[in-house]
Amino acid sequence: MSLKRPAKEQPENFEFNSSSLDMANKIIAKYPKGKQQSAVMALLYIAQRQNNNWIPLAAMKYIAKILDMPYIKVYEVATFYSMYNLSPVGKFFVQVCTTTPCMIRGANKLVEACKEKISENESELSPDKSCSWMEVECLGACVNAPMMQINDEYYEDLNKEKTLEILDKILKGDTPKPGSYRGRVNNEPENNRKTLMELKNA
Amino acid sequence: MLKDKDRIFQNLYNDLGSDIISAQKRGDWVNTKEIISKGRDWIINEVKESQLRGRGGAGFPTGLKWSFAPKEVGSRPHYLVINADESEPGTCKDRDILRFEPHKLIEGCLIASYAVQAHVCYIYIRGEYFVDGQKLQAAIDDAYEKKLIGKNASGTGWDLDIYIHYGAGAYICGEETALLESIEGNKGQPRLKPPFPALIGLYGCPTIINNVETIAVVPTILRRGGKWFASLGREKNTGTKIFCISGNVNSPCNVEEEMNIPLKELIEVHAGGVVGGWDNLQAVIPGGSSMPLIPKEKCETLTMDFDSLVAEKSGLGTAGVVVINKDQDIIKCMARIARFYKHESCGQCTPCREGSGWMWRMLERMAKGEASKDEIEMLGDVTKQIEGHTICAFGEGSSWPVQGLLRHFKDEIKKRNKFDPIIKENKNIPYLVDQHLLDKNA
Repeated sequence: MSLKRPAKEQPENFEFNSSSLDMANKIIAKYPKGKQQSAVMALLYIAQRQNNNWIPLAAMKYIAKILDMPYIKVYEVATFYSMYNLSPVGKFFVQVCTTTPCMIRGANKLVEACKEKISENESELSPDKSCSWMEVECLGACVNAPMMQINDEYYEDLNKEKTLEILDKILKGDTPKPGSYRGRVNNEPENNRKTLMELKNA
Repeated sequence: MLKDKDRIFQNLYNDLGSDIISAQKRGDWVNTKEIISKGRDWIINEVKESQLRGRGGAGFPTGLKWSFAPKEVGSRPHYLVINADESEPGTCKDRDILRFEPHKLIEGCLIASYAVQAHVCYIYIRGEYFVDGQKLQAAIDDAYEKKLIGKNASGTGWDLDIYIHYGAGAYICGEETALLESIEGNKGQPRLKPPFPALIGLYGCPTIINNVETIAVVPTILRRGGKWFASLGREKNTGTKIFCISGNVNSPCNVEEEMNIPLKELIEVHAGGVVGGWDNLQAVIPGGSSMPLIPKEKCETLTMDFDSLVAEKSGLGTAGVVVINKDQDIIKCMARIARFYKHESCGQCTPCREGSGWMWRMLERMAKGEASKDEIEMLGDVTKQIEGHTICAFGEGSSWPVQGLLRHFKDEIKKRNKFDPIIKENKNIPYLVDQHLLDKNA
């Protein structure tokens, strides 16, 4: 289990803006009548997007009210799942996968790069408060190891130099191009493809 | 090697485009109406005849699972839930189906929903695959627009709605009942079985839960016949499977191959060989991190299917092959896997919540050579106390890799950890720690 604690400094109020509210209503409609509680995970995501990548306690209270469920249930969900950030993480949130398949292909070099460029410790904002990084468990792109995720996008087939380049870009406020950084196409075996060759050459 | 025409996922590498028109060119959605008009029993029988086994790890026969759904819809509606919460380290096959072959999945959803009489289908995608989920959502929107799903889907008279539900980074939600809890808006903690979800599942209604790959192969099976699928592989381990080969190989990749393919062929032919040559191979994890590793000697002749791997005291799992060569410290690799399980334990059952952390800490010390001799046996003991004593299979999943390490690399651990136990055997101090040692002396 992992331990999660909400940030010490919390905003007083939180409310969805109109586009968030539209999105929330669409999501609630996906579930049967009376089962609106199912939408809690999606609504927490919407709150996170609206509030610079993290969820304040006020948002949990607000969501509990919308979905007509106890606040503690929302709190439970927000603290159970690892993708909800309960304290500020910056505009660019870097997650480096260090589980075994990435580890044996050199994920620790990516961690070094993050330490050099962003901050000494994980979950700590960079000096300009624009980004933070953390080690995470398997992100499900093992064939493209080592890899990291920045916000929603995957950056694959990395090494230390490439990671430093990417981090330089995000520290300048640019969004680098996602995908493989060794120029390979999706998950095909590099320079060694033996299957579906007719389609490749078509 | 499997012939290209027998590969189900023609667009695995996205050579052809994942949009609906290219998908139709590949044969998706061509005669869906005709297939469905053959009726429920025909569909289930054909799937049974193909001997398709679930691709999510446990390998349960799919046709049998579908037949557990009640024959008549009572007061409670039926649901179909697709498990796309792919988080097993070493596995990344479902992601490629979601982004490159979404229409195979959607068509499979329609056929499966019809077979189990569900009008609503939820696809549970792990939160990290947000971008891939958006691609699937676009494909679902296209399918609605072309009236392939929705009211009177594909002209079959069957109504079907498909919704995506995003997870939020919890490995445990890949367990079917935890997944249901998560859709219901709770913490993802598994439920006791029975009752099984086929009778009491989502919102207390009959629910069939299948893996993405299982559902995505169904339309092709029905088009080409269960007999064709059963002719690939071997008895009870039929068909094709997407293998993900990662770790210390020259070209890590996803590849669709026949079941029962030799492991050596998979690594040498498709993945470009082990880094440093075959002799540099140390061990292979054959089916995602939960499955016990297999040392090099056995890799020479091993074939990859459910039953032959069980015979080696391992398992096919999700077919995520992680290759570890001799440059790696095998104890450290397993310690990292133990840390994964410690992080992902949902905390519901004590043996798993406490034991997973215990195993991780012991392995970390063993990797550094700081453990005492007797702790090696103790570690084995801990794994036995977790296995089989938890609500879900996570307990097995976390203890099997450690057991695999102890089974095949005990000498390596012994070589590195030579300390004598802190308490000498002749000192009988009952109030001081180590019940483990005292039992032995009794």
